[in-house]
Amino acid sequence: MSDLLSVTGLTKRFQSGGGLFQRPRAMMAVREVSFTLARGEVLGVVGESGCGKSTLARLVLRLIEPTGGELRFDGTDLRALSPAALRKMRQRMAMVFQDPYSSLDPRFTLAQILAEPFAVQGQTPPDPGAMLETVGLPATMAQSHPHQLSGGQRQRVGIARALALSPDLVVLDEPTASLDVSIQAQIVALLTRLRQDRGLTYLFISHDLGLVRYFCDRVLVMYLGAVVEVLPRADAPPRHPYTAALQASAFVPDPAQRRTLAALTGEIPSPFDLPPGCAFAGRCPRASDLCRTRRPALDQGPHPVACFHPLKD
Amino acid sequence: MSLLQLADVSVSIGQVALLDRISLSVGKGEILGLVGESGSGKSLTALAAMGLLPLIGGRITGGAVAFDGQDMAAMTEVQRRSLRGRRIGFVSQNPMTALDPVTRIGAQIDVVSRLHLGLTRAQARARTVDLLTQLRIPEAATVAEAWPHQLSGGMKQRIVIAMALAGDPDLIIADEPTTALDVTVQAQIIQILGALVRERGLALLLITHDMGVVAQLCDRVAVLYAGRLAEEGPTAPIFAAPGHPYTRALIGCIPTEGMAKGALQGIPGTVPGALAFPSGCRFHPRCPQAQALCRAEAPQGNPACHFPGGADV
Repeated sequence: MSDLLSVTGLTKRFQSGGGLFQRPRAMMAVREVSFTLARGEVLGVVGESGCGKSTLARLVLRLIEPTGGELRFDGTDLRALSPAALRKMRQRMAMVFQDPYSSLDPRFTLAQILAEPFAVQGQTPPDPGAMLETVGLPATMAQSHPHQLSGGQRQRVGIARALALSPDLVVLDEPTASLDVSIQAQIVALLTRLRQDRGLTYLFISHDLGLVRYFCDRVLVMYLGAVVEVLPRADAPPRHPYTAALQASAFVPDPAQRRTLAALTGEIPSPFDLPPGCAFAGRCPRASDLCRTRRPALDQGPHPVACFHPLKD
Repeated sequence: MSLLQLADVSVSIGQVALLDRISLSVGKGEILGLVGESGSGKSLTALAAMGLLPLIGGRITGGAVAFDGQDMAAMTEVQRRSLRGRRIGFVSQNPMTALDPVTRIGAQIDVVSRLHLGLTRAQARARTVDLLTQLRIPEAATVAEAWPHQLSGGMKQRIVIAMALAGDPDLIIADEPTTALDVTVQAQIIQILGALVRERGLALLLITHDMGVVAQLCDRVAVLYAGRLAEEGPTAPIFAAPGHPYTRALIGCIPTEGMAKGALQGIPGTVPGALAFPSGCRFHPRCPQAQALCRAEAPQGNPACHFPGGADV
């Protein structure tokens, strides 16, 4: 398998505030993130709110400009493309957004929503009914407006729009976070089927490690902008204490397996004011003095982890 | 003895019947999970339990709600109002909108104990700081002076829980208290709620769509579908052998460790609206084992299913 997407040292720095009497503050939303995504693969990105996973999704599609690093899509350097060339390239990559309530224009019919990607590329839109049917919606819905749909149905429209131009890569930014578990399962089943039928490559962003492990081939675990672990297989046991804590926080649907949840105490440190050592040290049960003074780097083994005291493999 | 008891409660808004003969009870030191998808009637049941239906133009058309042995319908509105906030605490789903953005955190909690317990400003503040400390909020006195926008989602949800506890209630009704939060924070909040029930002998009615939360926390579970109870009973036996196909489907919606790819299918379709409730068993259009009898006749009993336990037919 060839790499469809290759990301090296991708970094995004945001500045905020600043004025007459205040110096601007800077934060690293994404710090030196590197990974490759093979054609047909599903790569998961997991982490808590504020860890930079949505920023990473937007950087990969160049919806926001990176501060540094390299971004290659099917061999082409995305950062070097002119706006016109980038727009042409965008046919091959698409995104499904988290909130199906705000990502569909309320004044458009579904047919208009699904015609827009074609209009942007200067193409004639095909029959919207067929596009709706591929995501399990009746073709008769084409003249409906988003407000007539349930959350799950809206997210199906979001998926149909992302697939409109037959992309190679689809970035899924928490596509099920605002849905019921029953609808979440439906959407995940739909994504699985579409991937098989069309040979899609997914970058799947979520805060739910259980869901990511179910759905993805490999998993990046992010904490405060940096990748702290790469699970080489979805079922690989965690080596980073943070990944272990995420796993322990999952609600297993079996009352016989009740356990002490909340392995993690404390709050995530402010990204504007990161501690000098490992960003996770303040919440980590295994932290030592070394962790509080030096930042561990991601090692380069078969199961990379950025930790001085990793758990046994 | 049960603190809150709903006996055959039916609810309508205008001419539309929404809840049909709901019976459930919560006792002191007990956690009842009320589960179902969006649109099942969970929040409406909570409103009925608190006597707040008139707020949304609803009314109880049959059955009775009793709190601590007293019929809520026989009380005056003034009496009911003195129960809410004092003996019944409420935790809403979205902590981002439950707090007043232009009032400091502490003042929002103080007002509850000043109003319901007749404390002075100083006493109320001392109680607030004490409550925040119990909810494991560091530097509680400082946080009490903060504005809502300065706090994270998990912190805000703990503030909302503190508001619910400030009147020293006997019963807490929590409407999807963890849905808007990260998994690690969810685990913390669930842990806190469980500890409150054990330490204070509270009764907790927990509304959720997540069977994982029920399995980890609840003593009993009531499954609601399209305005009717599907099944009710102690948690462990219901998870070990769910009687109603809907219960089984809800449990099957959660991805678990080692689940085969493609095993997650969700529940096809959506919850019907109140204007289009199906005949017979309301779950039959989505039920994998529906028979002619299910379409014709509404099942009675617990579980409310003609073929409980998936018996071969």
